[in-house]
Amino acid sequence: MDATAVKTGTEGKIWGGDNEPLKVSYGKMMMWFFILSDALTFSGFLAAYGFSRFKFVNQWPIADEVFTHFPFLHGVDAPMYYVALMTFILIFSSVTMVLAVDAGHHMKKNKVIWYMFFTIIGGIIFVGSQAWEWSNFISGEYGAVETKGGKILQFVNAEGEQVALESFAASLPSERTQLTKNEALWYESEGSMPDYSIAEVVEGFKANPDLLVRTQILTERGEKTILSREESVAKLESDAIGVVQGANLVHNEYGPPLFADFFFFITGFHGFHVFSGVIINIIIFINVILGTYERRGSYEMVEKVGLYWHFVDLVWVFVFTFFYLV
Amino acid sequence: MAHETSNHGSATKRIWTVFAILSIVTIVEVILGIIRPEFLVETHLFRMHLLNWVFIVLTLYKAYYITWAFMHMEHETKGLRRSVVWTGIFLVCYLIFILLTEGDYIFDVYHDGYISWDF
Repeated sequence: MDATAVKTGTEGKIWGGDNEPLKVSYGKMMMWFFILSDALTFSGFLAAYGFSRFKFVNQWPIADEVFTHFPFLHGVDAPMYYVALMTFILIFSSVTMVLAVDAGHHMKKNKVIWYMFFTIIGGIIFVGSQAWEWSNFISGEYGAVETKGGKILQFVNAEGEQVALESFAASLPSERTQLTKNEALWYESEGSMPDYSIAEVVEGFKANPDLLVRTQILTERGEKTILSREESVAKLESDAIGVVQGANLVHNEYGPPLFADFFFFITGFHGFHVFSGVIINIIIFINVILGTYERRGSYEMVEKVGLYWHFVDLVWVFVFTFFYLV
Repeated sequence: MAHETSNHGSATKRIWTVFAILSIVTIVEVILGIIRPEFLVETHLFRMHLLNWVFIVLTLYKAYYITWAFMHMEHETKGLRRSVVWTGIFLVCYLIFILLTEGDYIFDVYHDGYISWDF
């Protein structure tokens, strides 16, 4: 029998942490593995975004020209400032969260309550800001024309600044109205119509000799190609088939449809994480106020929800870089 | 972790230091994004201009501080740290390599093929 009793020399060493493998509690370890799997989900999304962007690397929209709004500064061109502010708010809410965790280690209930309160407020401001970004993105600013090949043509003046459709589109009499279910066949309808028809845009373009067409294609210097006046008129007459204002999952006035799709999907998924983080934070916040963790003798729940909250911040750091900077 | 409970002052000091680092890096990123310095945009490295590499490196720098300081990775055991971080990094590197290579190939097909996609 002795021969079968093989010793490995590791008896009594349960992963070097007794009954707590790796010296963390069960809950914290599971939170880490959840975060790891969630990180891989986000990596999948961002890598897919990279794939699509490399596919259209010479015609991707320029973030500085898309995200230019700042609250209460209507019409002012403020590229990225608002997203930078959102990033600060999220980083700061991460700081208050880690301060709450730290206060929890010292069993200072009131400090935990205040720090968690600030964290929740930061999270709510962030989600609200994201909703605001979405609404600007969806309603659009200048409007554009789509070609038969699904490319976007934008309009610029002699200085190269983008021009909105409403400032030059002609007004032509038209009988065309939105097709709704009660008009023709019960299963046929269409989305809301743009404010101008393609004929009105082309007519208005011809009447304004200083307007030029800007294509999706990026030059060597990373700017959009601007066509000459003759090329612009020819391009519009031969290829333009529709007017696009704002963005949805099928068309957007900024560039390839995939740009808007990924914007909605990735920032939406991240926003959903922030939202659920706020909800979980509120639940823990209430428990802290009720004194649940005081009686339990440990604020580890705050630490666990803190891990999730920092993870949301971590993801945003990457989303910020790959959507707004690169 | 167990050790940091004894020195409260330094734990909060560390938190504020990390906050300062993250803020400064974000400000630098935004400034670079708005100015877009000529030499960074015109210099290319592995088919991407230098500015993008700067952004990516700064992002990884921020990610390191968030994970290590805010998520307390620096106080966890080696085993936990490695099982989380290495798994993630390995799979992300693989994904990025395979998808970006494929995306680049499709770009070439669109770009050099005999069919025009711009009509």
